[in-house]
Amino acid sequence: MHEFDWSSIPNALPFLWDGMKISLEITVTAVIFGIVWGTLLALMRLSSIKPLSWFAAGYVNLFRAIPLVMVLLWFFLIVPHLLESLFGLPRGSDMRLSSAIAGFALFEAAYYSEIIRAGIQSVPKGQMAAASALGMTYGQSMRLVVLPQAFRNMVPLLLTQGIILFQDTSLVYVSALADFFGAAYKVGDRDGRLVELLLFAGAVYFVICFTASRIVRYYQNKLKTA
Amino acid sequence: MAYNWNWGVFLQPTATGGDETYLGWMFYGFKMTIALSLSAWLIALAVGAVVGVLRTVPNKWLSGFATAYVEVFRNIPLLVQLFLWYFVIPELLPEKVGNAFKQTNPILQQFLASMVCLALFTSARVAEQVRSGINSLPPGQKNAGLAMGFTLPQTYRYVMLPMAVRLIVPPLTSEFLNIFKNSAVCSTIGLLELAAQGRQLVDYTAQPYESFIAVTIAYLLINVVVMFGMRWVEGHVRVPGYIGGK
Repeated sequence: MHEFDWSSIPNALPFLWDGMKISLEITVTAVIFGIVWGTLLALMRLSSIKPLSWFAAGYVNLFRAIPLVMVLLWFFLIVPHLLESLFGLPRGSDMRLSSAIAGFALFEAAYYSEIIRAGIQSVPKGQMAAASALGMTYGQSMRLVVLPQAFRNMVPLLLTQGIILFQDTSLVYVSALADFFGAAYKVGDRDGRLVELLLFAGAVYFVICFTASRIVRYYQNKLKTA
Repeated sequence: MAYNWNWGVFLQPTATGGDETYLGWMFYGFKMTIALSLSAWLIALAVGAVVGVLRTVPNKWLSGFATAYVEVFRNIPLLVQLFLWYFVIPELLPEKVGNAFKQTNPILQQFLASMVCLALFTSARVAEQVRSGINSLPPGQKNAGLAMGFTLPQTYRYVMLPMAVRLIVPPLTSEFLNIFKNSAVCSTIGLLELAAQGRQLVDYTAQPYESFIAVTIAYLLINVVVMFGMRWVEGHVRVPGYIGGK
């Protein structure tokens, strides 16, 4: 049976916290960009201009069909080279964090756009008709009437997707970027205490995600009764 | 941009010698992804069905256990779960079992850890679908079953589950697609499935674009095949009279 020795964790806490900051940074930026780009994609998909809606459908289906790991590998191994040769950047500039954020944002936008599309479609048609009858343009009625109602209903789903994204940030491991999980793995590997550090990382993720999903559920119930 | 496209690279013999080609490597990875995903999917369906049913039973202990199971597997990232199965669980098992595991073929070790990890990770999601399928049945069905003198297990077996199974096929399609995509995570412990072979190809051939495009297309292919297959299944099990039914 394994002899547990947790002594390497207290000293490593500052390092782990640095990792956690990277995880959170990636999550928050990717959620924001993902929602913005996802909203645009959803509007394009619902638009009556065919090429726009084809582009959005193609984008969403492509990103939903390939594994996140593949997307991240594209962004770590290929996109930096492409940018270097396109813009003549110095070779080997460290773009791991920014490519991670870009990769996550572009990937998650596909998922967000499906949530947002469903949200927009769940707003009764009469709302759009009423806004038009009041003389609002399409843009105005979307921005002032439809989207605010759609987003109100979507908040729980968007937050849940954010929790999933937070879990998925651990996959930046493939680029050796020291996010929380990467940091825990490094410490465990260095001290020969992989078992303890991995269990600790699992417990931390569980507590964060479980608490967050409970809060989302509480909010969801409040929304339902309101 | 000066990049030498060379699609012929896939037909060249590999740098490691032997008469294998790089296409052969990709095919090996493809088979590994399929074998891993399908075997994990079968386990996930079986475990998920049991846990999903337990979540709906009146017994507090059983449903509490099932809820805890689902929460644990849903709130820990897949990558962390994989590392726990691969690096941690063999250490925590009784010494004999752990050593037996560590002495088996490394490829088998990676495959087993990946399979168990993907299977249980997915089973928690399957369980949620099973639960919502059972809960979406009109309550009268269960009451009618009980009123006919069926025991609770009989009511599940003859009345509720046959209906629930047909209702949850569409949501299960997306879980089935996910398991193929999630299997790419297993490249991190060294299992040579599709994504890992893609990385290897980049290292060996120095043709990153061709390698990654080929792997990406392979994933798209899997996705399309699964989608059409499941659409066919969905067409056959649809319940007349329900939304989306005939």
